[in-house]
Amino acid sequence: MSHSPLLSVKQLSCQRGGVRLFHNLAFELASGELLQLAGPNGVGKSSLLKILAGLSTQYEGKMYWRGQKLARRHSVYEKDLLFIGHLSGIKKSLSPLENLRWYFPETEDSKILDALQHVGLAHYEDQPCAGLSAGQQRRVVLARLYLSSAVLWVLDEPFTAIDQKGVRQVEQRILEHIAKGGAALITTHHDLGISARKLDLSDFAVGALT
Amino acid sequence: MKVYNRLFSRELLLAYRNRGELANPLIFFLMVTSLLPLGVSPEPGVLSMIAPGMIWVVALLSSLLSLDGLFKSDYEDGCLEQLMLMPVSLYLVVMLKVLVHWLVSGLPLVVFAPLLATMLFLPDAGYLPMVSSLLLGTLSLSFIGAIGAGLTVSLRRSGQLLSVIIMPLYIPVLIFGASTVRNAVEGFSYLAPLLILAAFTCAAVAFAPLAVVAALQLSVDE
Repeated sequence: MSHSPLLSVKQLSCQRGGVRLFHNLAFELASGELLQLAGPNGVGKSSLLKILAGLSTQYEGKMYWRGQKLARRHSVYEKDLLFIGHLSGIKKSLSPLENLRWYFPETEDSKILDALQHVGLAHYEDQPCAGLSAGQQRRVVLARLYLSSAVLWVLDEPFTAIDQKGVRQVEQRILEHIAKGGAALITTHHDLGISARKLDLSDFAVGALT
Repeated sequence: MKVYNRLFSRELLLAYRNRGELANPLIFFLMVTSLLPLGVSPEPGVLSMIAPGMIWVVALLSSLLSLDGLFKSDYEDGCLEQLMLMPVSLYLVVMLKVLVHWLVSGLPLVVFAPLLATMLFLPDAGYLPMVSSLLLGTLSLSFIGAIGAGLTVSLRRSGQLLSVIIMPLYIPVLIFGASTVRNAVEGFSYLAPLLILAAFTCAAVAFAPLAVVAALQLSVDE
């Protein structure tokens, strides 16, 4: 495993809608690491994840991916990033299989069916997602964790609407991922059953400046 | 290229699954034109005089009807932000999306237009110019309208604002489209307005997606 971090963030500040969220944020994420973002609602966790994914330009500061500086509207990650936001990214009028085919056009259907089985959706593959429960729809999203070959996982509240057994399964999947040299950034209000480094964003809130 | 084929067939599939919504513009088009003889006058002379302009105005309004939802569902369910993270060209993706939108909402208008033209007693000389100008015109209406749809995608009630943004840009299409048909009906050459319309369409297809991409990126980042 290399010593240089996969992702490094320096002096990152974010302002949204006239409110300064965090200031002078700095952290590094190496391969094999799981970082949990903590802090109360509205502290800027989701904003940070969007900035890291390259979906938001409302920031000041520098970010590096494998030593390469990330520009605004960058496309450095290509297939290295898996982003699960609080929006599902799932079309309700399409079936789980059709939805996942969109994300993984090169993957054979049999592998997608395997992934659906992993998240407990065997036999649901051809049913429109609109007919699934909230938890099942979330499981369709999480099936991407079993199909993706991305190095960096950015997960925004992945456990919403998932039952306890499902949460444990996803945690196991995250462990597998970082054991293989991947890295993951996660926000959750669940107590993680696996060990993770914690980064409390409220330490970087503007009021906390000294 | 294979990726774009997949995206194209996905868009078609989505359009097919949500076909109820897509029928709206066509139904509007059919209704307004069939109400005209009842509301204005059943006189063939009167109807044939207003037919070229009427068909064009109604086509324009009905294409406006379906625009609102062009990117809205993608924005709301998060597919838009996921799309931006994929290693694909957003420019081409937007072009594909708008093209599919035209195939399912604009093209049917063109197909049904001759039928409605018969109801409005459009003179025979007007049919070919009408179909060809509508073919080009609806395509550019879709592409220009996509700019407005992209700009207003994050607003809750975007309908009115969308029309205000888009209407001025629709005017040239209406002027050259309708005058193509009118010139033909009155026995003049209709090539000039048709070619201007064609040029306008080419520009819209090539450049509108650039504006749409910028608008969508702004909307996701807010």
